[in-house]
Amino acid sequence: MGNRCAVIGVGQTHYTTRRRDVSMAGLVREAALRALEDAGLTFADIDAVVIGKAPDLFEGVMMPEAYLADALGAAGKPVTRVHTAGSVGGSTALVGASLIQGGVHDRVLVVAYEKQSESNATWALSTHLPFTSSLVVGAGGYFAPHIRDYMRRSGAPDHIGALVAVKDRLNALKNPYAHLKIPGIDRAMVESTPMLWEPIRYLETCPSSDGACAMVLSSEKAVTGTPAWVHGGAMRSEPIFRAGRDTVSPQAGIDCAADVYRQAGVTDPRRDLDVAEVYVPFSWYEPMWLENLGFCGVNEGWKLTESGATALDGDIPWNASGGVLSSNPIGASGLIRFAEAALQVRGMAGEHQVEGARKALGHAYGGGAQFFAMWIVGAEKP
Amino acid sequence: MPSEPNHVLEFPGGYTRSTGPVIGRFLTELRAGRIVGVRTAAKKVLVPPLEYDPLTGEPTLPEFVEVGPAGTVREWTWVDAPRKNHPLDRPFAWALIRLDGADTSLVHAVDGGSLKAMRTGLRVWPRWRHDRVGSITDIECFVPEVTTIVANVRTEYTVTPGAALARYLDALTRNVFLAGRCPSCRSVYVPYRLSCPQCGSVIEEELEVGPSGTVTTFAINNLPDPRAPQVPFVSAYILLDGADIPIIALLAEIPATEVVEGMRVRAVFEGGAVKWFAPEREA
Repeated sequence: MGNRCAVIGVGQTHYTTRRRDVSMAGLVREAALRALEDAGLTFADIDAVVIGKAPDLFEGVMMPEAYLADALGAAGKPVTRVHTAGSVGGSTALVGASLIQGGVHDRVLVVAYEKQSESNATWALSTHLPFTSSLVVGAGGYFAPHIRDYMRRSGAPDHIGALVAVKDRLNALKNPYAHLKIPGIDRAMVESTPMLWEPIRYLETCPSSDGACAMVLSSEKAVTGTPAWVHGGAMRSEPIFRAGRDTVSPQAGIDCAADVYRQAGVTDPRRDLDVAEVYVPFSWYEPMWLENLGFCGVNEGWKLTESGATALDGDIPWNASGGVLSSNPIGASGLIRFAEAALQVRGMAGEHQVEGARKALGHAYGGGAQFFAMWIVGAEKP
Repeated sequence: MPSEPNHVLEFPGGYTRSTGPVIGRFLTELRAGRIVGVRTAAKKVLVPPLEYDPLTGEPTLPEFVEVGPAGTVREWTWVDAPRKNHPLDRPFAWALIRLDGADTSLVHAVDGGSLKAMRTGLRVWPRWRHDRVGSITDIECFVPEVTTIVANVRTEYTVTPGAALARYLDALTRNVFLAGRCPSCRSVYVPYRLSCPQCGSVIEEELEVGPSGTVTTFAINNLPDPRAPQVPFVSAYILLDGADIPIIALLAEIPATEVVEGMRVRAVFEGGAVKWFAPEREA
């Protein structure tokens, strides 16, 4: 895996529907400055910058990395833009980490963002070329059939999705940066909201958010402050159209998890990890990813959710921050998962801190559940 | 609304008014595109300027201070139906505007676009008339600061189907689903394609699949789509008979609540393309 790499700074903006007071440049700079402040550093201490965001059509800015270089103090430094759809935030962290692990740089700033209010992601995801009539409207339209397939296969009762929607939003109330704050949210409230793409209800979907997240990654000799050590990182992808592809539990996700667990010496993720930040944009993806990531057996994920094991006071809390269901600046959402995992093992997660967290998983997926990025960070050196 | 007048009282040509040195300076500066206030003995800046300090009755100082041009709305009221003598012919706000550097507020019109855009604290800038004469109406009105722009992005393409898709579409005009079999993994792909996405092998063997198939899973969409006949509509994954990969298509001619996985369906063709799929009925 190369040289040791640590997260030494995390910065987030407050996630919200509209950040009309800042440009995209102002937004990313806000997160970057907070990450630098956390690390006790300035832009002058940074060797290279890695930027991630969703496809250009989301805001209609071509090659935003060129425009954002100034705002990120990147003059005269290498700037790289990463591009893996919804998993891009995770991939951005891993590309940044690889520059440290490979001994190329000592300190890398990784930043990911989305300013969804400037456009409409559902439109950007639904631009159909002539000759096709795929009839998929937005991400919900794509994922709904696969959720239905999971429900049929696993025999999960209909209310499991609502349980996740409630749990993550209750966690969000403890996270000052979270977008959706719904005091008093309960299963009845979620179940009273309309079906958008049946079986997905309105409150079982993620919001559209503006926001940015940044991390300062460091080599062992350049560490300042409180480090979260990278114990493993992996990416996998697979073609969206492939005969026999399991769209409920994609092979790429299984393989990616196996790789990152092997690097981090994890044999039983439910036992060996203390907390997980997993990309769950639609509530049913919690039980689906519980199985895909090996936290339980096939068709058992919903039972784990139902038992409360993934709640903040459960034995393996998932999305203590409120997750993607509570804040979704798309391009940043994966990086937020990775950053929240780091905050947990640094003991800096505030009110949503999982007591004594020593090892945490950060996870992101994208495209038609075909791109995966994961890392495991720990309080101790690997 | 005021009724139509039946008598008009108007001094021919209008009164000629002496401005005095203070108001005269204010109006002269307006004509030059600047806004000035006057300083009082207590060092307050009055905008619009006055000849005598309203607090003390003493003359204001012969000291003019450029203010603004931007300011902040302190109080406002919305005019939904502007009258003939109003400065704007569309709904607007009368506002008390505290110009930057001033200690008093100026009454002027704010062209905010909509009632929703108006708020106390709104930052506004003057919209100057091109031909100025030395009048408060040299400022046509105030307008909010620029905080957003609209970026119209439009790119035009000529999209032509590739060789494989062209063959597939041509077959569809004959109501046939053209598929290809991978020589290595033997998987049958529809739409017809030239290489296997799994193993990369060149696909040469062509075969026909469907037009009947089985629903593997589906979504009931409650959001409208111009391509769907109504809401809700069902988008279904359909495994055509003989194929190894499902296609996604509209499923119609059945209430959404009656669709189930495993259901047998058949393509309905119209004008050389698939109109939608419908439940298979016994012939």
